[in-house]
Amino acid sequence: MTTVEQTELDLVEDEHERILAQTPFQRFKADFLESKIATVALVTLVAIVLVAIFAPLIAPQNPYDLAQVSVLDARLPPGTKSEFGYTFLLGTDGAGRDLFSAILYGLRISLSVGVMSGFIALVIGSAIGLIAAYAGGRVDSVIMRVVDIQLSFPAILIALMLLAVFGKGVDKIMIALVTVQWAYYARTVRGTALVERSKEYVEAGVCLGLSRNRILFRHILPNCLAPLIVVGTVQTAHAIALEATLSFLGVGLPQTEPSLGLLISNGFEYMLSGRYWISFFPGIALLLTIVSINLVGDQLRDVLNPRLER
Amino acid sequence: MTTKKKGPTLSVHDLRTHFHTKAGVVKAVDDVSFDVKGGQVMGLVGESGSGKSVTGFSIVGLIDPPGRVVSGSIKFKGEELVGASEERLQKLRGNRIAMIFQDPMMTLNPVLRIDTQMTEAIKAHRDVDAQTAWEEARDALGQVGIPSPEERLKTYPHQLSGGMRQRVAIAIAFLNKPDLIIADEPTTALDVTIQSQIIHEAQTLCRKTGTALIWITHDLAVVAGLADHICVMYAGRIVEEGKADDIIDRPLHPYTIGLIGSVPSHNKRGQRLNQIPGMTPSLLNLPPGCAFRNRCKFDDGECLDEPGPTRPVRGRSVRCFHPQRMEVTS
Repeated sequence: MTTVEQTELDLVEDEHERILAQTPFQRFKADFLESKIATVALVTLVAIVLVAIFAPLIAPQNPYDLAQVSVLDARLPPGTKSEFGYTFLLGTDGAGRDLFSAILYGLRISLSVGVMSGFIALVIGSAIGLIAAYAGGRVDSVIMRVVDIQLSFPAILIALMLLAVFGKGVDKIMIALVTVQWAYYARTVRGTALVERSKEYVEAGVCLGLSRNRILFRHILPNCLAPLIVVGTVQTAHAIALEATLSFLGVGLPQTEPSLGLLISNGFEYMLSGRYWISFFPGIALLLTIVSINLVGDQLRDVLNPRLER
Repeated sequence: MTTKKKGPTLSVHDLRTHFHTKAGVVKAVDDVSFDVKGGQVMGLVGESGSGKSVTGFSIVGLIDPPGRVVSGSIKFKGEELVGASEERLQKLRGNRIAMIFQDPMMTLNPVLRIDTQMTEAIKAHRDVDAQTAWEEARDALGQVGIPSPEERLKTYPHQLSGGMRQRVAIAIAFLNKPDLIIADEPTTALDVTIQSQIIHEAQTLCRKTGTALIWITHDLAVVAGLADHICVMYAGRIVEEGKADDIIDRPLHPYTIGLIGSVPSHNKRGQRLNQIPGMTPSLLNLPPGCAFRNRCKFDDGECLDEPGPTRPVRGRSVRCFHPQRMEVTS
């Protein structure tokens, strides 16, 4: 009896020591991989990102090179042999582009636009949120009212208005996405920073005579990272979806560099005539990307949220 | 750096810190005066809300609105701190005046390693390279009795126990060899055995470095073995002041007597603990006269007037019309 209890105690102790010995990152990794769905989503996401990065090596055709594209190949069903020797795995679109290649290249654009605008929005938004939280008073009220106004408009409406003014282009759509999204980050960071600011370690830092910038960016900001990462992943998924929507509506990216949204929109008119693949496969690619990012984001939220300690 | 035998390190005179709230003026610190010399430990004792922490924060100039130091003077090595510029205070904080807080779980940043937090405290005030700062941090950890300091430097706060963390906090306070350390109930969150170790280490370090130490606590037992000098605070005022031994053995003020009487070890087994009847008055509208009047058994008509500090015995100061000459037998 005693020995059993002893070993059980030892086990608990061992477990405790193992947890203590781990770096925060190791613990985070172990927690994250606990969920099977999240692990699958993470693997899918990594695969999508890799495929997008190495698209030129994988794709049988460069869809931007007009010399490799023949209009005579237009709207061929999946599995048709091309005259260049490779198979159109997923068929071709209305312009004769190999859909598989077009999707890979489209993923590149969709992902890079989404991630980059997400990152820029994160940097701008969290800086503004931090300033609001630390300055407090009137500065805080003004910033947060601007955020409120921004968030009370539908994102798509603001983006449509901006693109109507600016015109098409990768840089323009990124400006539109950042404008739409910074407010989410600002609100998140401000909320967390307000909580962190009142904690004793900040007071202790002030008592150590540390400079204001050091306390803000070195002490408070890292403690706000957990919710920021979660909002970041979810907002990146939103950015990709929003970009696809805008491209689908024809105000996003130019025809010459089709993103996933544009590919879907190109095939839309053929849907009812039985040529489903032109819209269907880019749609699947978009769906997989967004769902896997969201699943990863959900798991991140569960792991990083101390209140959901399991 | 030897301790110079001149005036006190810190001299607080007639300090008044008031909080101007919507409900009225809260006189958190009202007419407080004391001196602390280098190498000495001053115990600031009082119950919650007696203004002892506010006194500490007033010294480092960290009173947030609606609070304000209304009047009085705080002289740190001859330099007036009341009304000093924020830059000057920032230079002093962590460098010449350090603070130790109550909860070691909260005072260390959870996402930064110990070495980062220690070296940044050094680099904030002195122009030294990373290697020197790291070595100083290591030596400081060794000084407060942390075994294998090199390894501890690489850990995060959550990997250390509460006592260990408080040692780190103390090591950080001593890093820049300050002239004054204000410790705000630093052992309250720790268990008793660790408490006495920490107190012992803080005391030794103070004597060795000639640092003046203000130890804020509600626990007379803690201060009894630690402090040279004790100030007992009640409702924002110092009601009794004197040498630690004198106060513990021969308290004069009825409040101090009550405090000492309520320490369990002074009672016989099986008896009810002595307690001071009544509650701390709200600082918002203190009744005229002695603030302790309503809880005091020696209260008479005279106590309706405000008692000033009197000196019934040499080296002591009491704010009471009826100082008691009571021998406490322990």
